[in-house]
Amino acid sequence: MRPAPSLLLFTTLSGAGYGLLAVWALLGLAAVLPAEPRAGLVGLGPALVAIAAGLFASRFHLARPERAWRAFTQWRTSWLSREAVAAVATFAPALALAAGWSLESRIPAAAALLAAAGAALTVLCTGQIYATLVPIPRWHQPLTTPVFLALALASGLVLAFALAAASGLDPGLPGLLALAVLPLVWGLKVLWWRLGDRAPPRVTAAAAIGVPDRGPARPIEPAHTAGSWLLDETGFRVARRHAAKLRRLALLFGGASPWSLVAVGLATGGGARIVCGLAAVLSLALGLAIERWLFFAEAKHTAAVWYGERAV
Amino acid sequence: MTALPDPPPARRLGLVIDLDTCVGCQACVVACKEWNGGGHPGPLADLEPYGSRPAGTWLNRVHGFEVGEGAAGRTVYFPRSCLHCENALCVTVCPTGASFKRAEDGIVLVDEAKCIGCGLCAWACPYGARELDPASGVMKKCTLCVDRIGDERLPAEDRVPACVAACPARARHFGDLGDPESAVARLVAERGGVELLAELGYRPTNRYLPPRPGRRLAADGDRLEDAPAEGGFLGWLDRLLGD
Ligand code: SF4
Ligand code: SF4
Repeated sequence: MRPAPSLLLFTTLSGAGYGLLAVWALLGLAAVLPAEPRAGLVGLGPALVAIAAGLFASRFHLARPERAWRAFTQWRTSWLSREAVAAVATFAPALALAAGWSLESRIPAAAALLAAAGAALTVLCTGQIYATLVPIPRWHQPLTTPVFLALALASGLVLAFALAAASGLDPGLPGLLALAVLPLVWGLKVLWWRLGDRAPPRVTAAAAIGVPDRGPARPIEPAHTAGSWLLDETGFRVARRHAAKLRRLALLFGGASPWSLVAVGLATGGGARIVCGLAAVLSLALGLAIERWLFFAEAKHTAAVWYGERAV
Repeated sequence: MTALPDPPPARRLGLVIDLDTCVGCQACVVACKEWNGGGHPGPLADLEPYGSRPAGTWLNRVHGFEVGEGAAGRTVYFPRSCLHCENALCVTVCPTGASFKRAEDGIVLVDEAKCIGCGLCAWACPYGARELDPASGVMKKCTLCVDRIGDERLPAEDRVPACVAACPARARHFGDLGDPESAVARLVAERGGVELLAELGYRPTNRYLPPRPGRRLAADGDRLEDAPAEGGFLGWLDRLLGD
């Protein structure tokens, strides 16, 4: 599948934003963060900016964005619609939490809980959009949604560590949690990759042209020599050896390097800690960008079997 | 509303496509583009039609394949368009309500005034039957020519999809597959019509009739006799050409 920049930006940015929103709300609720205006704003501010930026990027994926409001109507059947509703609805408790925290120096418990739940629900919907697509076997597996949730949580924790360190708050708990969670998250991602690699193909070219039992089918005359939207969208290929290299880079930049930087940051203090936090965030961003690019680039759609792919 | 009609429509309008007789002439492809470019789902984009990289929207594509080895090998032309599935995931994933399945006859359509061009329905279709129109930014797909099949002003023989009317090999048949007594349903029963990629669970309405066994195989036993070695004109010719 074509890795559209709008979708890479949307899923990584809003994922990180919702992760940070949930982490910050819960840290506030647990009184790990003080109920002071500045402490609220330094975390909730960037979270809401990341969410809004992601949602804005998603607009560019629509060919007719002026009608985007219609996407809020079909939540009864469509995960995309549910995602849209949850994304916007989460702003209500998030803003209520930000207002209470920064204007009245108190952390409204209900708003904090609802903001965290809304954030989790939105990311869950994002995962389900992909996980329910039967024609794309690599996405259509039970671990797809957990991976989205796990990556959002990891991003939220690393961001929370960096922001707390930079603003003189105690980054101890988010830092330790990040150290605990990062290996689990990437372990899950590696498992997801393996399961996707091992899944036997469900559709062969022979079955796709209605003659499943007379041996393999070879394309001899393409249906069209000109391009088509469907081919652009689903015909994306990435060489296996490139993919293997990119997976290692994603693990390095998204997992090993932020883990080490957070660890060093926790062990040090002052300026070094701030630099470590910032570097961890930048590294994770790069790792997630690679991971998300691969998520699309490695995924094959069953339609490819009519265009030369032997089996999907 | 993108919920599927419940219960599933009893009337199931669709196509039966005969892979035995399809000769891959692309007449249905052109007829579809011609009719639908001006009809219900039109216009259908043609980008750079005379340029170096032409591209465009088509609702029907015919792929040429070869299956089997040696004497059992044969060419199969596979026309690909929407199969108007009963369990149409393309409909339920649509966030806007633009995609829908008609309760009265099961035809799957796009309300272009509502479509935001997100493309998700095309991802959800395993048959690759939907194309986002690059000019209008909305999703296009086979409509079974809704603007022909019900038009009382047309003579009865023309109230079929344009592809069916155009096929010179009579490889395309249109009718109600929900009615076991219909001509198309009987054809499917007779010829063992295939439910394409049934394992994916979409329950397509359209059926494909498998190619009949190759005639070359049946004729394998009685090859042409060798010409007699002596006598007559053939014998003389044989001696002349021999050695
Ligand atoms: S063939 Fe594709 S577009 Fe047509 S109804 Fe089935 S899933 Fe939908
Ligand atoms: S492209 Fe249009 S019809 Fe398809 S899912 Fe999106 S809004 Fe619905």
